[in-house]
Amino acid sequence: MNVHEYQAKALFRSFGVAVPEGRLATTPAEAEQAARALAAPVVVVKAQVHAGGRGKAGGVKLAKSPAEAKQLASEILGMTLVSHQTGPEGKLVRRVYVEAGCEIARELYLAILLDRAAEKLAVIASTEGGMDIEEVAARTPEKLLTVHVDPNAGLHSFQVRRVAAALGLAGESARRLDAFLGGLYRLFVETDASLVEINPLVVTKAGELLALDGKLNFDDNALYRHADVRELRDPDEEDPRERAAKEIDLAYVGLDGDIGCMVNGAGLAMATLDMIQVCGGRPANFLDAGGGADQEKVKEAFKLILRDEKVRAILVNIFGGIVRCDLIAEGVVAAAQELGVRVPLVVRLQGTHAAEGRSILAGSGLDITPAETLREAGERAVAAARGAGA
Amino acid sequence: MAILCDKGTRLLVQGLGRMGQFHARLSREYGTQVVAGVHPDKGGQVVDGIPVFETVRDAVAATGADASVIFVPPPGAADAILEAADAGLRLAVCITEGIPVLDMARAKAELRGSPMRLVGPNCPGVVTPGQCRIGIMPAQITRPGPVGVVSRSGTLTYEAVDQLSRLGIGQSTCLGIGGDPVVGTTFVDALRLFQDDPQTEAVVMIGEIGGSAEETAAEFVQQHMTKPVVAFIAGQNAPPGKRMGHAGAIISGGKGRAADKIAALEAAGVPVSRSPADIGETLAKHVPGLASR
Repeated sequence: MNVHEYQAKALFRSFGVAVPEGRLATTPAEAEQAARALAAPVVVVKAQVHAGGRGKAGGVKLAKSPAEAKQLASEILGMTLVSHQTGPEGKLVRRVYVEAGCEIARELYLAILLDRAAEKLAVIASTEGGMDIEEVAARTPEKLLTVHVDPNAGLHSFQVRRVAAALGLAGESARRLDAFLGGLYRLFVETDASLVEINPLVVTKAGELLALDGKLNFDDNALYRHADVRELRDPDEEDPRERAAKEIDLAYVGLDGDIGCMVNGAGLAMATLDMIQVCGGRPANFLDAGGGADQEKVKEAFKLILRDEKVRAILVNIFGGIVRCDLIAEGVVAAAQELGVRVPLVVRLQGTHAAEGRSILAGSGLDITPAETLREAGERAVAAARGAGA
Repeated sequence: MAILCDKGTRLLVQGLGRMGQFHARLSREYGTQVVAGVHPDKGGQVVDGIPVFETVRDAVAATGADASVIFVPPPGAADAILEAADAGLRLAVCITEGIPVLDMARAKAELRGSPMRLVGPNCPGVVTPGQCRIGIMPAQITRPGPVGVVSRSGTLTYEAVDQLSRLGIGQSTCLGIGGDPVVGTTFVDALRLFQDDPQTEAVVMIGEIGGSAEETAAEFVQQHMTKPVVAFIAGQNAPPGKRMGHAGAIISGGKGRAADKIAALEAAGVPVSRSPADIGETLAKHVPGLASR
């Protein structure tokens, strides 16, 4: 789960991670008031959307007076921000964060994440702040320090000193990093974060450390034990279909093709997308109906697929292990009848009770194209989508 | 011979709830010795003919169980894994999906140095055809034979096993290692077990997007394996930044793409099937003579 910058910074602050003073505004008038209250010579007006690259997209601007903050907020609020992370459709800006400007001496990079290969947490630090860190990693890997932390042992003082040395921080600044990184680490483990990234972490001319930007992601699997984190969710930032899927416990990812897919199991669902592409077609979605798919789930899955107007054919691919194919077949028939499915339907049932399932489909009187193998399923779905498109 | 489990395996079930009971029954029908259940509220009861104990230690002491299958819900699953290790089990297979990754990172760190092998979590389990079923796989699609199967997926494993069985190619052991970012048994661990298993003559490896376990496996194959390996990688066209069902199946920061994994495997001499429908045929083509043995 992602959160906004202003939410991340509120959490930073509560864990002792220093951030600039700032206030949230949803109208230009509020932005003006916020700028006045901050009483800084310069304030920054920042669009709040779940995407990086906001500065280049015109979503982050400097204001030298409360009146200018108001003017800039009126331009940014309501704009559709398009960056390399939003996709071409962009994101509507509903909120701005007005933040006191600061005098920057140096820009650094600091992050904590789970290193899957090492099976430990990793603190990543670099002197190349404000840059695309993936590019830094690719071009100048020697400028990136990775310190692995055993989550059972916690962050050691010597590890913080290594980070300080790599960032060129000494004396008072190094001592400030101790509180800063210590707070960040506690935030990570106490909220079950999956990524906390500060880019840039600035050293001000006065020698303070401040998180100028903040990105915070949480482990979805751990949200059950963090009610306070769950409250930070912003449904407006989620794809409406993905949001609807989440509510009925289906895993769904919208894609840009025209063949709707319903599959049981994530691996087989990914492989089904691969199969469609191998056959020359384009999938409209990833949909894992899960191990416990029943009649009701099948119907909900169909509804979700049909919300996408690009869909010209639907491929159902079920390998029954736990899931019984005859129950799925009944669900498909009921859903097709109730929802009045008008696009061609290709159904492949394999595994537990597959023969019974196939005869239910055949006897339903519905125009359902059966498929025996994965390849057949892919080929028939692609042909059906082409036929429907002609 | 096979890896991880066979006719002699004495299995206990941690979390003998509805799903645990259902699969315990299927495992027993397959011929697996299901000797005990563990459930904190059902100690002393006999459920479906299986004696239930309050703790794993009690169950081991009373029944001589040496392996466990874990169905405990996410909040208690990492604890259940550690309890299995503490009780001296040889193997624990964790089926539970949705365990917080920090819990798993901590449990995995605590298991270092423990003789117990953990498979999973978020996996379909292990089947040694004709001998033992641990977990939730539909064992009826397997057949005994010379090919080891290892996969991060559930249903895609069934698909691959089904393709092999239809070609008359049997399996030594089929193993799902799970779709989470941190798992007990990695591809490298599984490949090493298959390399050392006399019955296994070839291995089918099914990876997916996310992480770098397939790249590490490719290195291992090149340096340490004398047995042929063929592979498939799911998610060849998955968009970056989206979690594709499994918690671990996500391309992030430009890492974990299928194309990189396929390139690494092919550079290590591992043929990779581009189509998920050709996994069995790819093996049959590169390693003739495996069928009907």
